[in-house]
Amino acid sequence: MTKADIVENIYERVGISKKETASVVQTIFDTMKETLESEENVKISGFGNFVIRKKRARRGRNPQTGEEIEISARKVITFKPSNVLKDLINS
Amino acid sequence: MTKSQLIEIVTEKLAGSLSKKDAELIVNTLFRDMGDALKSGDKIEIRGVGSFKTIARGKRIGRNPKTGEKVEVAEKKAIFFKPGKELKERVDN
Repeated sequence: MTKADIVENIYERVGISKKETASVVQTIFDTMKETLESEENVKISGFGNFVIRKKRARRGRNPQTGEEIEISARKVITFKPSNVLKDLINS
Repeated sequence: MTKSQLIEIVTEKLAGSLSKKDAELIVNTLFRDMGDALKSGDKIEIRGVGSFKTIARGKRIGRNPKTGEKVEVAEKKAIFFKPGKELKERVDN
């Protein structure tokens, strides 16, 4: 499933043009990205939470050469599916 | 940000061309469709955001941590999200 499929599914059920539907879907994803970029979590009830986690710097190793390298502190994003979604996919 | 805040912001951004009722309907439909796709085993790929997929975890013998009793844990599907390049970079700016 791609964004185009999502737009197609929604367009069939909402009484607005496909172009408008595409623009709304894009705005939804853009808003989620902007929020996460500002370090704020996104919580979608019934679907799941997108959470920003801060990772501390640590010493790592290049597994190919064995060389020690410093892995700098960074922020990563994780997704925690809601119980509703977990139950849905296992039903 | 919660789902209702997302609906508010999207409505504001597209003020004049989108009613709050339609914004609500579209947001709800979007996440429901994504859930349905995952349920049917489909993989979801949103360019710039990331991809979602399910993987099957086989049944296993677990233990009741309270009593130490062995119990069989049924097989189940787990959901994975892999952030896309753009989102990954923007979060770790």
